[in-house]
Amino acid sequence: MSLNLVSDRFEVLRDNTKCIRCKVCVKQCSNEVHIFDEEDNIVLSEDSKCVCCHRCVAMCPTKAIKIRKNTLEFKENANWTGTAIDEIYRQAQTGGMLLSSMGNPKPFPIYWDKILLNASQVTNPSIDPLREPMETKVMIGRKPDKIEYDKNGNMLTKIPPQIELNMPIMFSAMSYGSISKNAHEALARAAEKLGILYNTGEGGLHKDFYKYGKNTTVQVASGRFGVHLDYLNAGAAIEIKIGQGAKPGIGGHLPGIKVGPDVSATRMIPEGSDAISPAPHHDIYSIEDLRQLIFSLKESTNYTKPVFVKIAAVHNVSAIASGIARAGADAIVIDGFRGGTGAAPTRVRDNVGIPIELALASVDQRLRDEGIRNHISVICAGSIRNSADIVKAIALGADAVYIASAALIAMGCHMCQSCSTGKCNWGIATQNPELVKRLNPDIAYERLINLLTAWNNEIKEMLGGMGINAIDSLRGNRLMLRGVGLNLKELEILGIKHAGE
Amino acid sequence: MKQIDIEVNNKLAEDLNKEIRQFALNYDKINLHGVCGQRYIGCGIDHDIKINIEGVPGNDLGAYMAGPELEVFSNAQDAIGNTMNKGRIIVHGSCGDTTGYAMRGGEIFVKDSVGYRVGIHMKEYLDMKPVIVIGSSAGDFLGEYMAGGIIILLGIGVTKAENLTGKYLGTGMHGGVMYINGSIPKKNMGKEIKKVEMTDEDKKILNKYIKQYKKYFDYMKAINIDNFSKYVAADKNPYHLLYTKN
Repeated sequence: MSLNLVSDRFEVLRDNTKCIRCKVCVKQCSNEVHIFDEEDNIVLSEDSKCVCCHRCVAMCPTKAIKIRKNTLEFKENANWTGTAIDEIYRQAQTGGMLLSSMGNPKPFPIYWDKILLNASQVTNPSIDPLREPMETKVMIGRKPDKIEYDKNGNMLTKIPPQIELNMPIMFSAMSYGSISKNAHEALARAAEKLGILYNTGEGGLHKDFYKYGKNTTVQVASGRFGVHLDYLNAGAAIEIKIGQGAKPGIGGHLPGIKVGPDVSATRMIPEGSDAISPAPHHDIYSIEDLRQLIFSLKESTNYTKPVFVKIAAVHNVSAIASGIARAGADAIVIDGFRGGTGAAPTRVRDNVGIPIELALASVDQRLRDEGIRNHISVICAGSIRNSADIVKAIALGADAVYIASAALIAMGCHMCQSCSTGKCNWGIATQNPELVKRLNPDIAYERLINLLTAWNNEIKEMLGGMGINAIDSLRGNRLMLRGVGLNLKELEILGIKHAGE
Repeated sequence: MKQIDIEVNNKLAEDLNKEIRQFALNYDKINLHGVCGQRYIGCGIDHDIKINIEGVPGNDLGAYMAGPELEVFSNAQDAIGNTMNKGRIIVHGSCGDTTGYAMRGGEIFVKDSVGYRVGIHMKEYLDMKPVIVIGSSAGDFLGEYMAGGIIILLGIGVTKAENLTGKYLGTGMHGGVMYINGSIPKKNMGKEIKKVEMTDEDKKILNKYIKQYKKYFDYMKAINIDNFSKYVAADKNPYHLLYTKN
C-alpha cells in the first residue's frame, strides 16, 4: 500500500451543514467520487478519483461542495517536485507510458503575453468601429501572382478555389469519437451561423452533419477513417493532417471502447475496433509524395476544394512550410506546442515542438523571402486564448487562426484535462449516452456564437485603435507589434522591435 | 456497349483525367492507349465503367474510386486503389508499394508481385469488405495496421516459404484476415498476428477468389488449397495496455 501511494490530487470539501443529502453529486459524478452512506445518512468522498471538473460544485443546489488542491506535502525540493515524484509512482506501479489530455500546461514562455499592440494617437487617427465600416472578412486559398484581363475587361486569370470567412477564425479539428455528437452539432451549427468553418477531425463526418458541408473542413489523416468520395465532396475544404501541436510525430489512437454504433458508422470501422491512426502516412516520405496526396484529393474533387496541410510547429517548420507551399497546398496550418488534444503521451505533449508565435513569424518570413507567400494561406493554431492573441497572430503573418480549446471552454469544458478517460462530466469528451445528454447543443451553439461575436467585435476595436479598417491591412504588419522583456534573438525571430524603440 | 479509345501519349494527368471523367458519364468502356506514368487514373469516379489501360499508369491509380473496373495490361506503380471504396483493379503484371492503402471495399487482383506495405490500413465495414489477391510474392509489412478485409497471397513460382513475404507480416494488424499459400517462418511475422486453422468457410472464400484470379489471368495450373495458412490479428485492441492515465 505505502509503496503504491499516489497522492490524491484534489480534496473534496463538503459542508455537511449545507448538504441536504439530495445525492445530485452522487448521480452527476461519472468518476464516482461521491458515495452516499445510507446507514449514516451522509455523503462521503473518494478524493483519489476526483479530476477537478467542477461538475458537482456547479450542480450542488446548496453550494455545499468545494474542491481544493490536495494538501499532502512533500519535503520541499525544487527539483523533485510532488508532480515529478507522483509520475514516477504511477509508472512504477503500472509500467505504462503517461497519458495526458489537453495542451501543454508547463510554464514555458507565452510570447503572446510579451507582445503589445500599437494604437494611433494624434496622427493617423483611430477609427471608431461602431460608426465606420470595419472589415474582418478573409479569403483562404492560393492567390495568383498577377491578374490578367482581356481587352473587354473580362478576367483571364483562373482564381484557385477560395474559402470566404466572415472573421479570421475557424474551429480546429476535433474528431467525432474524441468529442461527442452534441459537441459536433454545436460546432457545425455555430460555424454555419457565423460564416466560418468547423473541422471534422480524422473521425469522418456523421450523416446528420452533411447538411453543414459548406461550413465544414473534412480531414484526411493516415488512418483514412470515414474517408470516401461523398465525404471529400461534402466539405468546403479538405485538410491533410500530418501532425498536431500537442503530439508532433505521434499518431492518434481511439480505443475500441469509444467506438460505439454511431462512431463506428461514421468512421466506417466495426464496433469496438481500435481506430489507429499512426503518425506517418505510409505513402508520404517526401514533399513530392505530399504533392501526390494533395493532388489525389484535388483530382477526386475536380479541383473545386482548397486543400490544407496541417503540421505541428517543429524546429525547421519554415523549410517544411516552403515545401508544403511548393507541393501545391492552398493553406498550411501550423499547430504550436500548446495545442490541445484528446490524449497524448505526457512526455511528448510537454517536451516536443516549439511555440506557435516563433513558428508563425519564421514561416511568414521564409515564405516572403522566397516570394511565395501569396501561394498559400497561413493558419495559426495551438492555444489561441482570446481576441488579442488573434490580432497579434495576424500581425505576425497569419491569415486566420484555429481555435479548439477555447471553443470547448465556451461549451462548458472546465479544463480538468481528463478527456482520455471518456468520462467527461460536461458531455463533451465522451461517448457515454448518459453523459452526452448533458451537453445541450442549443445552448452550446449560442455560447459559441456569443464568444466569437464578442471576439470579432474586440478585433474590430483593436483594428480601429490602430487606424486600420480591414484585417487584410494588418496581416504581416509587424510594425504594429512591440516586444516587452524579450531578448534580441527572440525579437529577431519575431521580426518585431522592443517597446520604446 | 458504348466505348471510346483515347491516345494518351504525353497528355498531362490533369487533362487526361478530366477527359476520362467527362467520357465516363456517356460511355460504358474507355480504352487508354500509350499511357505513360499519368497519375490518378480512375480517381474519384463513383459509377460503374470499364477502363482498359495499355502502357504503365502512374501512382494513385483508382484512388478514392467507387465503382469502376480498371484493367492494366502491364505493371502498375505505387498506391493503386488508395482509399478505394468499390470497384475492381486488375493488373497483368506487378505493382509497387502501398497497394490498396486504407481500401474499404472492392477488389484488387495482381498477377505477379507487390511491393512494400501492401494492404496497409485496409478496413471493412458492414458488407464492405476489400480484397487484395496477389499472384506471387509481397514485400515487407504486408497487411500493416490491417483492420479488416482479406489479403490472399497465392505464392505462384515461389519455392521457399521465407520468400513469400518480406519481414513484419501483419505488424499492427487488428482486424481482417490473410490467406497465404505456405507457412510463414516466425522471423517474417509481425508480433501482432497469429496463425489459426482454416475452416470450411475460409476455403469457400479462398476458392471463390482463386477462381476469379484464374479467369482474369488465364492461369491453368492447379493451386492446392490445403497448403494455405490463415493469419489473423492476435488481439483486436493490441495497444490498450501501453498507457497509464496521468
